[in-house]
Amino acid sequence: MIGYILKRILNLIPVFIGITLISFAVIHLAPGKPTDLMMEMNPKADYEAQERLDEIFGLDRPLHVQYLTWLKKILVLDFGISFVDGRPVLKKIAERMPVTILINVLALIIIISVAVPIGVKSAVARGGLFDKASTIFVFAGFAMPSFWLALILMSFFSVRLGWFPVSGITSLDFENFSIFGKIFDIAHHLVLPLIVASIGGLAGFSRYMRQSMLGVLEEDYIRTARAKGLDESTVIYGHALKNALLPIVTILGLSIPGLISGSVIFESIFNIPGMGRLMVESVFTRDYNTVMAGLVLSALLTLLGNLIADLTYFYIDPRIKAGG
Amino acid sequence: MKDLIKNKLALFGASTILVMIIIALLAPLTATHDPSAINIEDALTGPCRTHLFGTDALGRDIYSRMVYATRVALSIGFIAVGIAALLGLFLGSLAGYYGGKVDGIIMRFADIMLCFPAFFLMLSVIAVVGPSIFNIMIVIGLTSWMGMARLIRAEILSLKSRDFVSASKALGASDGYIILRHLIPNGIAPVLVSFVFGVAGAILTEAGLSFLGLGVQPPDPSWGNMIMDGKAVMGVGWWVILFPGLAILITVLAFNLLGEGLNDVFNPRLKRQ
Repeated sequence: MIGYILKRILNLIPVFIGITLISFAVIHLAPGKPTDLMMEMNPKADYEAQERLDEIFGLDRPLHVQYLTWLKKILVLDFGISFVDGRPVLKKIAERMPVTILINVLALIIIISVAVPIGVKSAVARGGLFDKASTIFVFAGFAMPSFWLALILMSFFSVRLGWFPVSGITSLDFENFSIFGKIFDIAHHLVLPLIVASIGGLAGFSRYMRQSMLGVLEEDYIRTARAKGLDESTVIYGHALKNALLPIVTILGLSIPGLISGSVIFESIFNIPGMGRLMVESVFTRDYNTVMAGLVLSALLTLLGNLIADLTYFYIDPRIKAGG
Repeated sequence: MKDLIKNKLALFGASTILVMIIIALLAPLTATHDPSAINIEDALTGPCRTHLFGTDALGRDIYSRMVYATRVALSIGFIAVGIAALLGLFLGSLAGYYGGKVDGIIMRFADIMLCFPAFFLMLSVIAVVGPSIFNIMIVIGLTSWMGMARLIRAEILSLKSRDFVSASKALGASDGYIILRHLIPNGIAPVLVSFVFGVAGAILTEAGLSFLGLGVQPPDPSWGNMIMDGKAVMGVGWWVILFPGLAILITVLAFNLLGEGLNDVFNPRLKRQ
């Protein structure tokens, strides 16, 4: 086990270097320098001021030197300062991260607790009415542009019916609420964003769950379980479900980049001050340090997610251990 | 082919796509108005006989804009995924055929690319190179070849030790000939399925980028930027966002259904499950 983990972690080093290289390259392909934009926005600044700024940000040095300096700094989690407001990038990201993580974790919980029963039910009664209805739901979910769904929900439930707030995550008088009032307020604001955040994943996971369950139901050990006279619910929930859940663990790890991409969209629409919106803002203002930090951190998050998924798989599936 | 026709949903998908292509190709005929003609007096007219899907805040005819946006969406979808397919086939077949170090480097590169949230990576690149239809095609292409590379690599791994390949080699065929004439044609099926799903994904991505203002730029119409325009007036004109969204939904659905159908045809084993 320890050997496997060590090997797995050592393998991450070249991937990590690749991630930083791509993140850096993407930004420095740019014609012109980030300070050009700062100059445009400030008519009082002259050419000398730009040279001074280039020096401060190290933009006057050759690219590979810039890359190595940047890499050395991010190894100690120093992502530099934002070109927009001069604050440390890491601090800006740290402020925005909790909301995004909260929403995505809640979305994942919703996705799993809804998709697993849907997948199991459609697999068990394959071709039945429920299976057909859920297949339609799955295909609609895949094809739904999430930003459009968000606007439709918003214009109906928030604007027309007034059931939910239009944007943000807290009300104006949030500070005056009791602790329960605060929790309720946040929950109230999160209902629509959560629906939007979960819909795509929900479709995908119920599909995977269905396929996985269909595969398991054909296995010999299920026939054995039935043959020895176990009742159907023990066979399905006791034997089949456990095995069908195994591949879902890996898919959970793989779904992280999609969730982060989704955050970009729904945070922009619902005006949620999370990572996704920060990234869109940084892209618009060409705040390159923040964009690079966002790229590196989100890719690392994916890497970490996959690692955890692999290790979990290794831990829960005895066959892998036996196979070495 | 016969199986595909038997599959009603796939047939529905394919015919919807065909209709869309015809509408897009004949846009000057199928559109009822000039897509960018501004007519403030008619602004925000609901769906009626002259304006099938109503007009937007500038009085432009939504149906006609959607017709031209179909052109944009389909060409971005096909060309972007075409770029991805060429890249994926090239890198994947090199990796599968040569194995060893070449394989290691290419597939590790694919793994690294897969770590990035695709949409965010595209946003970042577009922030740097600037939004335009051409740039979107390139950016989507460059960030979505990995799946197809993996698929063709796996096919080639299983094909390359087969007798017909050894025979061709013994007759003195070059590596390039074997890859292009034997391996890719025999292993293309899963890539084709992935291509169709890829077009669906690219259309969604383009819509998302255009919605954020980082895709197709006004006054060029795109389903995504039409919805962006409609956001400001959705309280008074529901039709401005409703119809372009439905167009995205139906188009993406059509490609997904066709992809699913092709998948059933090429992998009969999965269908039985």
